[in-house]
Amino acid sequence: MATRRLLPFKDMGGCSITGIMDESGRRFAGDTIIRSIRNMHERSNGLGGGFAAYGIYPERDEQYAMHLMFDTHQAKRDTEALLDQRATVHLAEPIPTRAHPAISGEPILHRYFVNIEADRGRPHLGEDDLVVELHMQINAEVEDAFVFSAGKNMGCFKGVGYPEDIGEFFRLEEYDAYIWIAHGRFPTNTTGWWGGAHPFSLLDWAIVHNGEISSYGINKRYLRNFGYECTLQTDTEVIAYMFDLLMRKHGLPLELACSAMAPPFWNEIERMDEVEQAQARAIRAVYGGALLNGPFAVVVGSTGRMIGFSDRTKLRPQVCARSGDRLYISSEEAAIRTVCPDPDVVWHPEAGEPVLGELQAGVKVN
Amino acid sequence: MPEWLTQAEFVIERDPERCIQCKVCVRQCANEVHRFDAELGEVFSDSDKCVGCHRCVSLCPTNALSVRQVELDFRSNANWTPQAIRNIYKQAEQGGVLLTGMGNPEPLPVYWDRMLLNASQVTNPSIDPLREPMELLTYLGAKPTRLKYEGGDEPRLETELGPQLELQVPVMFSTMSYGSISYNASLALARAASEVGTYANTGEGGLHAGIRPFAKNMIVQVASGRFGVDADYLNAAAAVEIKIGQGAKPGIGGHLPGEKVTAEISATRMIPLGTDAISPAPHHDIYSIEDLRQLIYAIKETTRYRKPVGVKIAAVHHIAAIASGAVRAGADFVAIDGYRGGTGAAPTMIRNNVGIPIEFALAAVDARLREEGIRQDASLVVAGSFRCAADVVKAIALGADACYIGTGALVAMGCHLCQKCYTGRCNWGIATQDPYLTRRLNPNIAVRRLVNLLESWRHEIKEIMGGMGINAVESLRGNRDHLRGIGLTDRELNALGIQMAGE
Ligand code: SF4
Ligand code: SF4
Repeated sequence: MATRRLLPFKDMGGCSITGIMDESGRRFAGDTIIRSIRNMHERSNGLGGGFAAYGIYPERDEQYAMHLMFDTHQAKRDTEALLDQRATVHLAEPIPTRAHPAISGEPILHRYFVNIEADRGRPHLGEDDLVVELHMQINAEVEDAFVFSAGKNMGCFKGVGYPEDIGEFFRLEEYDAYIWIAHGRFPTNTTGWWGGAHPFSLLDWAIVHNGEISSYGINKRYLRNFGYECTLQTDTEVIAYMFDLLMRKHGLPLELACSAMAPPFWNEIERMDEVEQAQARAIRAVYGGALLNGPFAVVVGSTGRMIGFSDRTKLRPQVCARSGDRLYISSEEAAIRTVCPDPDVVWHPEAGEPVLGELQAGVKVN
Repeated sequence: MPEWLTQAEFVIERDPERCIQCKVCVRQCANEVHRFDAELGEVFSDSDKCVGCHRCVSLCPTNALSVRQVELDFRSNANWTPQAIRNIYKQAEQGGVLLTGMGNPEPLPVYWDRMLLNASQVTNPSIDPLREPMELLTYLGAKPTRLKYEGGDEPRLETELGPQLELQVPVMFSTMSYGSISYNASLALARAASEVGTYANTGEGGLHAGIRPFAKNMIVQVASGRFGVDADYLNAAAAVEIKIGQGAKPGIGGHLPGEKVTAEISATRMIPLGTDAISPAPHHDIYSIEDLRQLIYAIKETTRYRKPVGVKIAAVHHIAAIASGAVRAGADFVAIDGYRGGTGAAPTMIRNNVGIPIEFALAAVDARLREEGIRQDASLVVAGSFRCAADVVKAIALGADACYIGTGALVAMGCHLCQKCYTGRCNWGIATQDPYLTRRLNPNIAVRRLVNLLESWRHEIKEIMGGMGINAVESLRGNRDHLRGIGLTDRELNALGIQMAGE
């Protein structure tokens, strides 16, 4: 397993994605998102499905919820030894699942609620940095162990199967979240591996992605400069790391982060006013390695925020809708209308234009 | 024993049926191969002096001439090749260092030919550059690691970007000095660069007054001879390049013989008429990396930090460490010249045996700079024989920001690679100062040919990128996933940082 996932191969294939956010922070159960993604059954092939949910652990919202999979008991023991050594584990428990006729061959699925104390030898690293380090370390070094997610008050649930079956397997109707994102996979070049399903997550970033990134080769080398090791078979992780780098580490506002990843064309830049032009040129010159090329549409979740965006020529579908406090982003309008038959507004965002869902002012979720 | 054992390298065949005794060949050959015998009323040829430049063949109005390389004039021997034997005869007869021109012609592997490019099928649509945008715009110069913004509703850029060169196509004309090539050739390169939106490089020949109008598309060089260098020169150009070395002759200097130092050249290089222009092997003020730093900053001060300052080095062993040193010394771009790079004159032994292939140099430097986290501090320009658009695409995928072409540009202007540039008798009017010969190169036509070349490469690069499903050159740069090796060993694949075809 460990060697397989270290192959520097990209994820290729088509997919279905959908995301629902309640901007009032009101939480709702996972059966809605399951119905939405089930509607796009045809867009996946049973080799991967998954979900990310925000706001599911309100009673432990100061702790990092680490969702892990292990192929062997040894891997679990090794990981737990590492966790004991590097972190404080407040609670360890199996992730609840139910026997499902369509799901088999599941790995050991466990979750840990942890905190990491500041490292006195490296005072410049905050807790987030240490959690990222631990996350990467488990993925790279512990044989047969893999971190699904490690963020606060959120978690990823994913595996091999159709997404609706995976959702039922993980009993998602028992969780309440204010953001749900889901993914159904149609991979063409990877055999089913639970860790390879989407969402891909880092800290509280979770990404579902439809498409293929033709710039993957340079994106991963660019990210390596900043300490991100791309070890998965999927190019979705580069998007997650890129968001983390641009927004968390470099502090770019969302619009600018997205314009680094899907910048306007030069001929559009030439038509901008002088100040905007200087900005756009600087972004393209400095963040060339962050440009994501090739067809993609993604939905990104993070605490209090859901973002949809697509490549700069929009070679993959993305449609959005709003209904009251809810924002929907999906590959297909039908998947929205299944769960929200009569939205206030439905629209197709422009290529490269980010769509942002944010908690309303004053709403606290962590 | 006869005094001269050197034999003709070429045979000239004149078809008597076709030859109309027009004497074009007599006038065209500066090597005086063709001779008109007035008494007999016939043209004769003395193949001994022929260098195989095909000028006479190209210009003969009746196609009466053909020039062929003499094959198998020695008993075959895989070790003692005809060239090796001829070289010994030449040295035994004349003594001295064997001289030559242009790049290394030896049958060593060309690694570009062992790398193949990718294209999209099904899962990722390819892009048609005729219908969709396909962007090649490239900025050369130091970039900050990150941009800082002032927050607020309307984020405002705080970071100021240092000086950048803006290239419409990631190909520039390499260093070719006025002196090593003719004024017309230099002018044509400068004009073509400004027409296309790229840059030409003065080499160490100074900036001729007639070329100044194109200076904003010129990179000026500061080499060990410091020819033509003053504050004006540095400030006139778009960028400054410090020449440490050159791929064709790493570790040695240059020598423009006094007879080539005409009035124009003496004025441009700022040296007395008719004196030898000698570029020492090292800069006499650079004996270590700190000294290089001083020169870089002296130039930056002189140009008030408004021009990118680059460093050109030859690809040699430990190139990664050397390039990293140059970047740390403050270079805004590093130009690396591989062992196939051209030259106006070089000792044959050096040209054919010193240096390493640009492919490995580039792969190592790009990887090293990334490892050290300083790749964005400088752009990488590579030189050393880029023959076609595919070579350029492969170089960018390996990690280059742009390529320099020298030989390719001369070939576009008519050069036939006879390798006799050092004789000053270039029949194509390129590597010569003889007014009778330089007149042959019409700058207007040469500009058109150079522009055509870059335009056609631009189209080809776009076509290849479109096939890969990439619509901006920054997504190709350093994207080694789009390269696959064939016929390479594991070590070679690792050194190039690429996978094997089929993987
Ligand atoms: S040197 Fe050139 S011009 Fe002269 S004979 Fe040979 S090929 Fe013809
Ligand atoms: S520039 Fe002239 S002398 Fe030099 S190789 Fe080309 S044709 Fe021959």
